[in-house]
Amino acid sequence: MSTSSVEVVYRGIFQKTLAKNICRGIVFAAKKQGRIGIAFGRYSDSPERNGIPAKQFAVVSDTEEELEEHLSRYEPDNNDVTICADDTLCKGVESWAWYGLQPINKLVKPGGTLLVTSMRPADSLIRDIHRKGVPYNLATVKGTASFSGLWVYKDDHTDVRLLGALAKVAPDVVSLEAIVEGIGDSVKQASAKKAYDMVESIPVAADQGNDEVPYEFDLPGYTTMEECLVIRGMEKQQDVPGRDGGYVPARNPNFKKYATRTMRPVINFETCTKCTICWLQCPDTCFDVTPDGYYDANMEACCGCGVCEAVCPVDKCITMINEEAFTDNASQWELWTKDKEKYSEWLSEKISAQPARSHGFHHVGQYAEEIAHEST
Amino acid sequence: MNPPKSATAKKVDIQAASAPRGESEELISGSEAISHAVKLADVDVITAYPIRPYDTVMQYVSQMIADGEFDCEYIVAESEHSQFEIVKHASAVGARVFCGSSGVGWLYAFEALAVTAGLRLPMVAMVGNRALDDPGAFGVEHNDALSVRDLGWMLAWVATAQEALDTALIAYRVAEDSRVFLPCAISCDGAFLTHSQSIVKVPSQQMVDNFLPPYDRGDKQLHPDNPITIAPQANEDWVMEIRRQSDMAARRAREVIIEAYDDFNGQFGRGGEPFIERYMMEDAEVALVGMGTLAMPVKVAVRKMREEGKKVGFVRVRWFRPFPSIELQEALSGVHAVGVIDRDYGFGSSFHSGVLANELRSALYPLATRPKVVSFIAGLGGREVSTDNVIDITNSVFAAANGGDIDDQDTYWIGVRE
Repeated sequence: MSTSSVEVVYRGIFQKTLAKNICRGIVFAAKKQGRIGIAFGRYSDSPERNGIPAKQFAVVSDTEEELEEHLSRYEPDNNDVTICADDTLCKGVESWAWYGLQPINKLVKPGGTLLVTSMRPADSLIRDIHRKGVPYNLATVKGTASFSGLWVYKDDHTDVRLLGALAKVAPDVVSLEAIVEGIGDSVKQASAKKAYDMVESIPVAADQGNDEVPYEFDLPGYTTMEECLVIRGMEKQQDVPGRDGGYVPARNPNFKKYATRTMRPVINFETCTKCTICWLQCPDTCFDVTPDGYYDANMEACCGCGVCEAVCPVDKCITMINEEAFTDNASQWELWTKDKEKYSEWLSEKISAQPARSHGFHHVGQYAEEIAHEST
Repeated sequence: MNPPKSATAKKVDIQAASAPRGESEELISGSEAISHAVKLADVDVITAYPIRPYDTVMQYVSQMIADGEFDCEYIVAESEHSQFEIVKHASAVGARVFCGSSGVGWLYAFEALAVTAGLRLPMVAMVGNRALDDPGAFGVEHNDALSVRDLGWMLAWVATAQEALDTALIAYRVAEDSRVFLPCAISCDGAFLTHSQSIVKVPSQQMVDNFLPPYDRGDKQLHPDNPITIAPQANEDWVMEIRRQSDMAARRAREVIIEAYDDFNGQFGRGGEPFIERYMMEDAEVALVGMGTLAMPVKVAVRKMREEGKKVGFVRVRWFRPFPSIELQEALSGVHAVGVIDRDYGFGSSFHSGVLANELRSALYPLATRPKVVSFIAGLGGREVSTDNVIDITNSVFAAANGGDIDDQDTYWIGVRE
C-alpha cells in the first residue's frame, strides 16, 4: 500500500497545457499499473496570466482511501518528485500570492528528486536553488522552457521526455513500461525511452545551494487588516542612503517580483541619453531615478516584461538577459558608479555570453530557432 | 423622466398648526415619502432607470429638482446595472447616494449589488417590491429584495408611507456609520405602498439635520489627497478575512440600529421598536408573522378574532437583515404556534416554505420550548390577502397549537385556485 505524488511547477499560460499533460500522463501510467490517481491544478494568481508561477499535481495511490488522504491537503507537501518546467523558477516560486518566495525544492520529500528541464549544468542550477537542509537529488532533462501544448507552438515532446525521465528517477511512482504503454504514439514513446536513458541525476547535500533565507511575511488577520478593502498608498520615500537628489518610489515591501521574472534588463549607462522613456513606460514603475539623472532598474520591482528594451531609442542601451546569468539583485547603477571599467566588463560579459532568451515573446519564430540551435 | 406637472402631489397642510416642531403633514404615497426622505437627507447623487413601481420615486425626485426644491446629481443610466454601478462609485468618493429598482430590474443590477456590499459602501436603495418575471407581472412579491439577503445588504420592510420616510432617514444613519458601512435596501410593497397615498408627517430640515450627520467616509474615501486603492483582486490567503470583516460589520449593525431608533424616537416622537412591531402580543396564545403591507389585513383580522375571544397577536418583521433573532425568540417563545405569512416563495426549500418562515424556524430552533411554526404563502403577484384569508390562517394556527390536523412540515398556499 502506498501513495506517490508529483508536483509540476510551471509558468502560467505558456506551460499550463504542458503541466496538465505531464500529470495526466502520470495518472494514465499509474492506471496501467493497477493504481488510481488524480491530476489537479493549484494556483493563486491566475494560471492564465503571462509568466505567473503555478502548479499542477499528480497523486497516485493503491486505494481510494489513500488517495483521499493525500488529497485532503491543499497541496501535497511530500512529493516524490518536483518537476520544474522552466529553470528560471529554480530561484523560487511566488505562486501562492505575493506573501513570500517558496524554494523550488520545498515540497520535495527528503531523498526525493527535483527534475528540471534545462540546458544548464547541475552546479549552475544548484547555485540558484535554496538549501534544503536534507539531502535530495537533482535531475536534469536537456531542454529550454517549453511552450509545448500552447497552441501556436508545435509539440516538442517535452511532456513525454519528462515522463520518461520520471520513470528513471522515481520508478516507484511509475514504471517506464507503464509510461510507454500510456503514451501510445510510437514516436513519442521513443522520446520517452531516450529521456529515460539520458536523464542525469546527482545527489544534492543538505547544505548545498543558495544560502539566502527566502523572504516571507506574516499575513494580517481580520482585526488587523484595513476594513472596506482599502489598500493604502505608500508614504513617499524619504532619504534613501546614497540616493540624495534622485528619486526612489516607495514600494510595498511585501510585493517583490523575483520569480515572476525570466529575464532582466541590463543597462549601458555610457550610452544612455537620460531620455526618460524607459522610466515612463515601465508598467511596474521599477526604475529608480539616480542622483545623476540615470534610470536604474530595481530588481525587487522589475517583472522582466522587456518593455524598457523595446522602447529605448538607443541601440543596445538596454538589453534583456536571461535570469540564469545573475546571482543577485544588486543595483547596476551602483556597480557602474563604483567602477565604470569593471561595470563595462560585466555588461559585455552578460551580453556576449547571453544564454537563450526565455519565453519567446520577442519575435515570431524564436522558439523554432532555439530548438534548431540546441539540436546542433 | 419628465413627468407632467400634475404628477406632483398637492401639498395639503391639514394640521400644520398642530404638527410638532415644524413638521408638515402631507397626503403622499410611499414613493413620495421616500423621495421626501432623499431630499431631506440632502443626497448628492441619484441614478434612475425606469421600472414600475420604483419609477414613481424617480418621478417625484426629478420633479423636486425641476421645481428647484432639491439639488443633486441626477443621472439617468442606460440600465439598472449602470444605475447601481454609478452610485456605488459615487459612494466611494464620499457622496451620499440613493438608488433603487424593482423586480427583475433589481436582479439585472445583481453584480453591482454584490460588489456594493462587498466593498462596504453605504448605498441606500428603495426596492419597490415586484414579482420576478416570468410571468411578467407588476404586483408585489418579496423575492426581489430577498435575493440579496446573504450578501451584506441590510434589508428593511415598511408598512406605511410614514414608516418609509422615517426608515429611509434611519437607513442613512445606520449604513453610513463607520462601524457598519454596509448598504441598506428599504422594501416598499408595489402598489399597496408605492401607489397609496396617506397622511405623512414630513419633518423639517432642521430636525433631519439634527438626526442625520453628514456622510463621512473618513480615510477610506477615494480622493487625490488620500491615496488609496479599493476593490483589489485577492487570493485565498485574504478572502476569508475580508468576509469575516463583513460578518463583523453585519453583527455591529444591530447595535447601531438600536441606537438610531433610540435617537429617532427621542427626536421625532415616533419610530417604535427597532426590529419588530408587536401587535396584541401581550397575552397571545398564537401569533402571526409577516412583513410589509400585509400588516393591514392582518391587524384587522386580529382585532376581529380578539373580539371573539381568540388570543392571537401579530409580529411584523421590520428588519430582515440583520435578522432579529433575539427579538423574535423573545416575542414568540411564549406562544403555542406561529403562522408565518410569506409574500414570497422558496421553491424546493425546507418544507417548501417561504423565506421568512424558514429563517424564523432557524431562529427559534435553539429555544428550549419551541412553538410550532406553520408556513403560509399568500398574496403572490400582488393578489389580495383578505381579512378572511387571515382568519382562515389563524384558525389553522390554532389548530396546529391544539394538535389539530395541520402539518407544520408542510406549507399552505392561501387564496390559490385549484
